[in-house]
Amino acid sequence: MANIVEIRDLRVGAVTDSGRKVEIIRGVSFDIAEGEIVALIGESGSGKTTVSLTLMGHARPGCRIESGVVSVAGRNVAKMTERERARLRGTEVAYVPQSAAAAFNPSSRLIDQVVEVSDIHRLMPAAEARAKAVELFRALALPDPERIGERYPHQVSGGQLQRLAAAMALIGDPKLLIFDEPTTALDVTTQIEVLRAFKAVMRERRMAGVYVSHDLAVVAQIADRIVVLKGGEVQEIGDTETILHRPSHPYTRELIAALEPVPYAGARIDAPTDARPPLLEVDRVSAGYGPLAPNGLPEHTVLRDISCRLERGENLGVIGESGSGKSTLARTIAGLLPAAVGAVRLDGTVLPGTVEQRSKDQLRRVQIVFQLADTALNPARSVGDILGRPVRFYHGLKGAALDARIAQLLDMVRLPVAMRHRLPAELSGGQKQRVNFARALAADPEVVLCDEITSALDTVVAASVIELLKELQRELSLSYVFISHDLSTVRAICDKVMVMRNGDAVETLASAELDRATHPYSRLLFASVPRLETGWLESVDYDPAVLQRA
Amino acid sequence: MVHVAPAPRSRSRFGYRLNAVGIGTMLVILFWAIIAVFGPLITPYPPGEIVDFNYFMPMSSQFWLGTDYLGRDILSRIIVGARYTVGISLVAVCIACFVGVTLGMLAAVTGGWFDSVLSRLMDALISIPSKLFGLVVVAGIGSSIPVLILTLAVIYAPGAFRFARALAVNVNTMDFVTVARARGERNAYLMRQEILPNILGPVLADFGLRFVFIVLLLSGLSFLGLGVQPPNADWGSLVRENIGGLSFGAPAVLMPSIAIATLTISVNLLIDNLPVKIRDRSE
Repeated sequence: MANIVEIRDLRVGAVTDSGRKVEIIRGVSFDIAEGEIVALIGESGSGKTTVSLTLMGHARPGCRIESGVVSVAGRNVAKMTERERARLRGTEVAYVPQSAAAAFNPSSRLIDQVVEVSDIHRLMPAAEARAKAVELFRALALPDPERIGERYPHQVSGGQLQRLAAAMALIGDPKLLIFDEPTTALDVTTQIEVLRAFKAVMRERRMAGVYVSHDLAVVAQIADRIVVLKGGEVQEIGDTETILHRPSHPYTRELIAALEPVPYAGARIDAPTDARPPLLEVDRVSAGYGPLAPNGLPEHTVLRDISCRLERGENLGVIGESGSGKSTLARTIAGLLPAAVGAVRLDGTVLPGTVEQRSKDQLRRVQIVFQLADTALNPARSVGDILGRPVRFYHGLKGAALDARIAQLLDMVRLPVAMRHRLPAELSGGQKQRVNFARALAADPEVVLCDEITSALDTVVAASVIELLKELQRELSLSYVFISHDLSTVRAICDKVMVMRNGDAVETLASAELDRATHPYSRLLFASVPRLETGWLESVDYDPAVLQRA
Repeated sequence: MVHVAPAPRSRSRFGYRLNAVGIGTMLVILFWAIIAVFGPLITPYPPGEIVDFNYFMPMSSQFWLGTDYLGRDILSRIIVGARYTVGISLVAVCIACFVGVTLGMLAAVTGGWFDSVLSRLMDALISIPSKLFGLVVVAGIGSSIPVLILTLAVIYAPGAFRFARALAVNVNTMDFVTVARARGERNAYLMRQEILPNILGPVLADFGLRFVFIVLLLSGLSFLGLGVQPPNADWGSLVRENIGGLSFGAPAVLMPSIAIATLTISVNLLIDNLPVKIRDRSE
């Protein structure tokens, strides 16, 4: 089989803000045969997107293809003029971006944007292009293919928009399609549909593809071969089965190990046989935004009649897709959004609705940790200041005692004490998240609300953060409310899991019994989580009708 | 992309590095600041005294910048005038920015009706033309230095408010502010420790621009005869007093104008060339 893509010793350089030159891609070489889908996998900063963009002869601002050959269909893209590259893009190579929502112009109709490529390259008459677009919509399993193109981007769902972006890429019959993390921003139940549509279209047209992702389980479903990248270098290339089952490179093994489910044994500290009330109890809480309607509920109700309880030393997982109200639940417990109906009890005492009404001690006992450490840490303050403030605020420590406590906190989250003088921008993603968590520990809390705290981290880093949380729980007798959209992280740390959907608590299960879920939605949600095996996508029992019914 | 360890910071003694334009303009500003502080000690002649029987004299070795319409030494008058122009403008801009930025942050942190009422009030103030407002107040109450300072501050505070509020609203939605709020922190802490450090760069730049506006407005008012009153004179009044010399090309009218220009342009250029580190604080 002839190779459609041949990359040889590709080097891409970039200039940092301080003017230093660095090489971000260091001698990458691989091939793609016709009709083959090759996945580029690696953590953030591994250069996977940069490599995929060079296939279109593009380098992001500040970056430059320094040397090497990127040959697409026999021609070296790296040596082309900008004009030749423009001709190439859309007809030979096309690109499906990560965020389709950002790729579409919100103020023009979808069909006009989809056929734009054929318009620019004068490939076919407009009527023919439209007919072809409709055919693509059908092939991508979009509902109502005849008319969906007449809508505007905000009138379709995220998963549909992502498929429309693929249609836009496919209209020029490219020989090579680049997918740049196309399902990362989607919910798992939507991801499955989109993946199936992509796979069907690619197989049918026998097109070559590059699939960029950090998610090995997703890649396993769609790729024939996998290229593992790290630090701008290829670590390992192999077909999917080999990479998954017989990885030879230690880094690949580490990646796969991070995805292995770690069964959670429970971290119960004291037996809950005593008659003490649960540590945290959410009792039939409804909350939302806007003025209260006559029935006592807010105009936009985000949480409806939610009840759950957290025993001492236990962890409660809250799982749901975007918009399910899981983060709102955390905000209500933390006192940032008062409950309209119902009560939140801490150790049997009702917590007042807002932060202002709560006592300092009540505030201290419940701490919240947010998802994005980038926005959760004040970029203008040093790590020491960030950690020191809650210590001073709740415990009034000063001087040497404060310093000692900050050092102790850094040590708890396995960071060197010297880091207290750094600014957040000088830390890596995992380090930032550790500081973010240490700030909650600084208060000496009993309950920590973790809102998607591992979602923005790379797989390996996320796994180490979860390990850290478990250790700290044993040492400090904490209880976590662990909010996530990712079933595997919740399963790794929680005793009980509450499934939420559109503001309702669908079902609460012990984490060992997730396979015995009774509610159709929770079954669908659990089934939609990609498994690390080829052929899972075809075998999974997936019935999207459940989503429409509820 | 490959994670690059932060480059060893090339810090100067002050922690920041200015480019050539920045250093040049900084020197001009420092020069005027020194003149404003030590003015009365270094004047070659008493500024109010008629030292020459001729008027509108050209530059000479005796009178470096010539003499004015009464035969007073212009160099001495510019040196003393710097006190008024720089001093009044600086105090006014400090008051305007302090009030504006504090209220702006308070509005952003508090939100709700307080924010709406305050914002509309400031909008109303902004809608009054500044020169007209200045003229009316000074003409009504009479011109004295405290009145001038307060008038200038009132005119320029709403702009600082709007600017600071717009920046603070963005910072206010960040998670670290939410975390501080969930911790139970009061508004004063949120404003001072969480928000201010993150908007400081642009606020300082705005401070400089506002200073320039105030210098120009003050000079304008003085030129119209409503600013600093004789026998004292700021640079605007010097231009006005000696406007008759314009047709002779007398330095008496040109030099104060050049003084105004060097100060305002320097401040503007300095802000444009502030080190990236300061400007980036807000991002």
